Amino acid sequence: MVLNRFPLWKNLLVVGVVLLGIVFALPNVFGDAPAVQVTAETGQPLNEQTLDRITAILEARELDFGPAYLEDGRVTVRFPDVEAQLRSLDLLREQLGSGFVAALTLAPRTPALLRNLGLEPMSLGLDLRGGVHFMYEVDMEAAIGQALERMESDFRTMLRDEGIRYKLVQRDGEAVRLLLNSAADRSAARAVIAASDRQLNFDERRAGEDFELVVRMSEEQVQQRQDFAIEQNTVTLRNRVNELGVSEPVVQRQGADRIVVQLPGVQDPAQAERILGATATLEFRLVDEVNNAFEAAERGRAPLGSALYTDRSGQPILLKREVIATGDQLTDASAGFEEGMPAVYVNLDAQGARRMGETTRANLNKRMAVVFIEQKRDLVERGGEMREVTRIEEDVISVATIRGVFSNRFMITGLDPLEARDLALLLRAGSLAAPIYKVEERTIGPSLGQENIERGMQAVVIGFGLVVLFMALYYRVFGLVANLALLANLVLVVALLSMLQAALTLPGIAGIVLTVGMAVDANVLIFERIREELRNGNTPQAAIHSGYEKAFSSIADANITTLIAAVVLFTFGTGPIRGFAVTLSLGIITSMFTAIVGTRAVVNGLYGGKRVNALPI
Amino acid sequence: MDFFKIESHVDFLKVRRAAYALSALLILVSIASLATRGLNFGIEFRGGVVIEAGFPESVELEPIRTALQEAGVERSIVQHFGSSREVAIQLLASENENLAQTREFIMEVLQTVDAEAELRRGEFVSAQVGRELAEAGGLATLFALLMILAYVSFRFQWKFSLGAVAALVHDVVITLGFFSVIQLGFDLAVLAALLAVIGYSLNDTIVIFDRIRENMLRLRRKTTEDVINTSLNQTLSRTIMTGVTTLLVLVSLYVFGGEAISGFSIALIVGVLVGTYSSIYIASATALALKVTPTDLIPPQPDKDEQSGVMP
Repeated sequence: MVLNRFPLWKNLLVVGVVLLGIVFALPNVFGDAPAVQVTAETGQPLNEQTLDRITAILEARELDFGPAYLEDGRVTVRFPDVEAQLRSLDLLREQLGSGFVAALTLAPRTPALLRNLGLEPMSLGLDLRGGVHFMYEVDMEAAIGQALERMESDFRTMLRDEGIRYKLVQRDGEAVRLLLNSAADRSAARAVIAASDRQLNFDERRAGEDFELVVRMSEEQVQQRQDFAIEQNTVTLRNRVNELGVSEPVVQRQGADRIVVQLPGVQDPAQAERILGATATLEFRLVDEVNNAFEAAERGRAPLGSALYTDRSGQPILLKREVIATGDQLTDASAGFEEGMPAVYVNLDAQGARRMGETTRANLNKRMAVVFIEQKRDLVERGGEMREVTRIEEDVISVATIRGVFSNRFMITGLDPLEARDLALLLRAGSLAAPIYKVEERTIGPSLGQENIERGMQAVVIGFGLVVLFMALYYRVFGLVANLALLANLVLVVALLSMLQAALTLPGIAGIVLTVGMAVDANVLIFERIREELRNGNTPQAAIHSGYEKAFSSIADANITTLIAAVVLFTFGTGPIRGFAVTLSLGIITSMFTAIVGTRAVVNGLYGGKRVNALPI
Repeated sequence: MDFFKIESHVDFLKVRRAAYALSALLILVSIASLATRGLNFGIEFRGGVVIEAGFPESVELEPIRTALQEAGVERSIVQHFGSSREVAIQLLASENENLAQTREFIMEVLQTVDAEAELRRGEFVSAQVGRELAEAGGLATLFALLMILAYVSFRFQWKFSLGAVAALVHDVVITLGFFSVIQLGFDLAVLAALLAVIGYSLNDTIVIFDRIRENMLRLRRKTTEDVINTSLNQTLSRTIMTGVTTLLVLVSLYVFGGEAISGFSIALIVGVLVGTYSSIYIASATALALKVTPTDLIPPQPDKDEQSGVMP
């Protein structure tokens, strides 16, 4: 048997893997260009027609633009400079009209040929491209609380409709408590409520003279309600993010009660936050014209059926408790100007429109108020411990006299321009099912992102250069072979990262640097073994053969243990740290291949089956 | 070029008592420091706010501190970061206030000092998330150690596993001690580096153990001490080579990688140095102290590749 010859398939495998790696890594060498990305507000994929419309708009103004193409249902237009990009963005936002979202982005300069093959460069993490990362926690107690309040008012309606008299229907902690006059009333009430929802749990008790019925949600219902709250909030946040016009945003549920939002490239985290975290909604109510608001304010208590508010000028005002329509019933909203005043035009859905029509017809020349409701979180001390509680801030933003019957379309005034814009946007995106609050935030300015890339690249290049130099000096020809493997390893890691589209972070780059240092370990082990075999008087061919053979178990053991650490890191780690775990794991796997199979192929090619008297090692 | 042309015959184990003493001292200092001064945990683990702002020109810290105090921001830590044109402001969440909206507020204050101050990086972590991250981090370290212990037990005999884990605990404690003594910031990246140190140190230990196992089966007449010494010498050049290449890239990462990953690089540099030393002294010497014998060493799963050239 001839030592140190690889069968053809093994050589082909090495060549094939490296070539494939080069192809997949190739898109990374072209860099980025300023670009504008257009998506449909609904998230539907765009078609060729939209692409033609966009290029037509840009051509009409004789703007200088690069390639424009359709990819994953989005239109991307590249520009030679930032100035053209900004001008085009304004133009497109103005001319495309609603239904489209145009956002600034950086698009890779990948040639069309590679792009059509589906090849993309590595995606960069937020710490490298700049942007914001928010983690929100959904207030589950509030979600359940809202459900209980709805139950309370539903039960009242049901009992009234069925003609069952009750003393009290009130939310009490995690349950709704009903007090009834007789056992018969109680069973009737229980039958009606149970018929409306089979999953509810009931408890019956005597409370003095009264017959008490306690209604609780079942565990599944609580679970369902919580799931609904987080799902609904995720959808709402996604809608709001779309309204912001950000390219490639991430909105993701995390764990039982958290939602992660990532907005790459966002320059103004304050605006993003104002929109995302807002729990604003609207309520339309009639003004109580019968009672005197000033008297009520003095007594500090509103008369039955009304609630006391203060309007924007600080005057007390009484509003009827009955809500005509809420923000949930809005189908569209847009900001504009009415007689020079900022206004929000709103459209109501069928149910809201019907109620609005009935109410306005019956209350002509009476006044109607728009209440802006916002949930805010405060820290308060409770039993020596600081706890966050939700505070509801209600603000009467406008009071106007009903001049005519209106139903599904009308407008709200009394806001400043910025408020009008934010309100329209929030109303369009829908309201949150439960309040959310921020538990984590990371903001990386764009200049820092760029700097991180440059520094990271520099560290990779210099670290790589030093190792290459050291290996070449120390192991001569074999060192060069190891260097070749190291280069192939780097290409393969980049190729895998591009393929997987796993976000590259600064710790991720550190992981690559670390793999460069550690990847040579396998070759060091092999080469040291070969030297030892030579010293023991073996022939060069036998030394190569047993060097590779004997070093294998050490290499495998050593790499598997590092891989264990990397996998644990991936499982427990978050954010950028995961990037480190990913590059480290990929680097370990590819380095096993390049250092053992790759260098062997080259060494075999150089020396295998030949008469060799001395090895340059 | 060959630094180890002549086979080295260093009697590593002869000085093992001195090494034990040194390790014991380092561990004592580390534990004492960890117990008294603790680690300088970053806000990721404690909860709080960090804001890094860039200024067009060098800025003094005093005016910034005064401005913050005047604005009612108490107990903030204001430092230069990377250069004199960059400032990092830290607020810990222990003050029982809601820090969620702090970023905007602090930037406004900074802009009163210099209108062109720009936000370079902002981070807010609630105290609860911080606690969770710290817990997850501790759990991850523990879990990694356990998994590795299981793997080494499966591949080697228990005396070796104990030696390997003793070395790992040694490395982790001393690296942590180093961070505690000089009060370097301990953040998520440093924790990641710590896990990488565990991986690296073990890597080193296993290569040596592999050789000890091989030699024990081959050189049955020699004493255990001789066998271990021979193995350490045979793997010495590899130990140094890999250590040097890894340190080369780590130093380049430290020098060029920027402030953001300097803690990460330092942790790894310290860890690689300590890990290399511990593989030689702690791991091997523990195995020796536990009296490994060739009969201990029939591998649970005889590896054909490895034995073929060794067994007669």
